[in-house]
Amino acid sequence: MGLELFLDLISQPSRAVYIFAKKNGIPFELRTVELLKGQHLSKEFFPVNSLQRVPTLKDGDFVLSESVAILIYLSCKYQTADHWYPSDLQARMRIHEYLGWHADCIYGTFGVSLWAQVLAPLIGVQVPEEKVKCNRTNVDKALQYLEDKFLGHKAFLTSQQVTLADLMALEELMQLVAVGYHLFEERPRLAAWRERVEAFLGIDLCQEAHGPILNVVEQAANKTLPEPSPEIHLIMLNRLFRIP
Amino acid sequence: MGLELYLDLLSQPCRAVYIFAKKNGIPFELHTVELLKGQHLSDAFAQVNPLKKVPALKDGNFTLTESVAILLYLTRKYKVPDHWYPQDLQACARVDEYLAWQHTTLRRNCLRALWHKTMFPVFLGESVSPEMLAATLAELDVTLKILEDKFLQNKAYLSGSHISLADLVAITELMHPVGAGCQVFEGRPKLAAWRQRVEAAVGEDLFQEAHKVILKAKDFPPADPTIKQKLMPGVLAMIR
Ligand SMILES: N[C@@H](CCC(=O)N[C@@H](CS)C(=O)NCC(=O)O)C(=O)O
Ligand SMILES: N[C@@H](CCC(=O)N[C@@H](CS)C(=O)NCC(=O)O)C(=O)O
Repeated sequence: MGLELFLDLISQPSRAVYIFAKKNGIPFELRTVELLKGQHLSKEFFPVNSLQRVPTLKDGDFVLSESVAILIYLSCKYQTADHWYPSDLQARMRIHEYLGWHADCIYGTFGVSLWAQVLAPLIGVQVPEEKVKCNRTNVDKALQYLEDKFLGHKAFLTSQQVTLADLMALEELMQLVAVGYHLFEERPRLAAWRERVEAFLGIDLCQEAHGPILNVVEQAANKTLPEPSPEIHLIMLNRLFRIP
Repeated sequence: MGLELYLDLLSQPCRAVYIFAKKNGIPFELHTVELLKGQHLSDAFAQVNPLKKVPALKDGNFTLTESVAILLYLTRKYKVPDHWYPQDLQACARVDEYLAWQHTTLRRNCLRALWHKTMFPVFLGESVSPEMLAATLAELDVTLKILEDKFLQNKAYLSGSHISLADLVAITELMHPVGAGCQVFEGRPKLAAWRQRVEAAVGEDLFQEAHKVILKAKDFPPADPTIKQKLMPGVLAMIR
C-alpha cells in the first residue's frame, strides 16, 4: 500500500497537508475522515493507535500525525523543492521559530470564530459574548504581529520564497475568511502576501482545497452540514469549554 | 561573539535548552532573565526577543527564539550524537511529531497546573476556584494518559530506544506539575520508569541542577505588589 492521507478539508492543518502533497505532485490515496460524523473515532475509518486527529499519514506500516511532522516527512521523503523547507540552517530555523509562535498564538485562536458561529450552534451551544470579544482581541494582536514582525517587508513570512510556514499560516487565516472576517481590508501587506501565496500555489488548487471551508457558513444556514454524532458531541463540548 | 543563551530555569523550555547545551558540551554564555522579577519585560531584552519570552539564542548576528527552533539549531550546528534528532526519516518524524504535539497539549496543561496550583496562591496571592483547579488537573491527567499510551507505549523512550529531543522536552515539562506537588508519576509505572531512564541518560547532577528552582516553587516568597502588577498581563496571556 502506498501513501495514504487521512484528512478533512474543514480542518486547517489537513488543508496544509493536502495542498502540499498536490502542489508537489506526491501521489497519495485520499482518505476523507468526516470529523463532524465522528469518523476519526472509528477503527473502520482511521488507523489504529494513532492520535485520532486529522491530518494523519499512513505510509505502509508507518503512521504519523501532526501536520508539521507530516509536512517535514513529505518534504524529505519526496525531496520537494528546497524553498519549502530549506537545507540552509538559519533559513530552516526561521520556519521553526514561526511554527513555535504559530502553535502558541494562532493555532487554537483563529478557529474560535468558526466554533462560535457555526459549530457550537450545531450542538445547541452558545459561546459567551465576552469570550468571542476576547478572542477577537487576540486574533487582531496576532495578525498585527504576523504582518509587522514575521512578514515585515519580505515577500513571504520567513524568506523571499514560499515555505511551510506560509502554508500553515494561510490555512489558519482561511478559517477567519470563511466566517466573513474582513481581515485583509486594513492590512494591505498581508493581503498582498496572501495573493502571492495563492498565486504560487495556483488558483485552481486553492479553490479546490478551500471550497469546503468557504461553504461552511452557507451549509450551516441551509442545514446541510452533517448532524454531529453523539461521540463527537462530547468532544465538541470539551473543545468549547476550553475557549478562553 | 560566541553563542549566548537567554534563559530562566524556572521556565520549562529553558530547562530543556540548558540541559541540552550542557549535556552536549556546547560552550555558551548564559544570560539569566529572571521572569519573576520582570526582567523579560525590559527594553534591553526586547532587543533580543520582541515577544519578551525566554528562551532566546544569539549566535553572532543571528537571533533565534522558540525552544524547538533553538534545540534544532543546536542539534545541527554542533553535530551532536544522532539519537537526539535522528537522520533516519521515520525516527526523525517521530521526534517531530512529539515536538509538534506538545505545544498545545502537555505544555499548556503543565503550565496551567503549576500556576493554578502553586504560583497563583503562593506567589501572586490570588486564589483559584476549586472547580478551575480540578478542571486543570483533569485535563493534565488526560494528556498524561496520551503521553503514556500513544507516545511512550512500551518503548524505552518516547520516540524509540534512545533518548531524543522529545524526551528532554517532555521531562522538563512534567517537572512543572511535579514542582507544584502533583503526583504525576504515581499510578503510572511506565512513565515513572521512563523518567528514571531519562534522568540517568541526562545525568543525575545536571538534571538536579536544572530543576533546583522549580522544585522549590512551593516556597517562593510572595511577589511585591509592583512586580505583581507588572507580571499579571503576561501571566494571564500565557496560561489562557
Ligand atoms: N496540531 C495538530 C492538530 C490536529 C487537530 O487538532 N486536528 C483536529 C481538526 S483541525 C481534529 O482532528 N480534531 C478531532 C478531535 O480532536 O476529536 C496538527 O497540526 O496536525
Ligand atoms: N513557545 C515558546 C514559549 C516561550 C514562553 O512562553 N516562555 C515563557 C516562560 S516558560 C515566558 O517567557 N513567559 C514570559 C511572558 O509570557 O510574559 C517556546 O517554546 O520557547
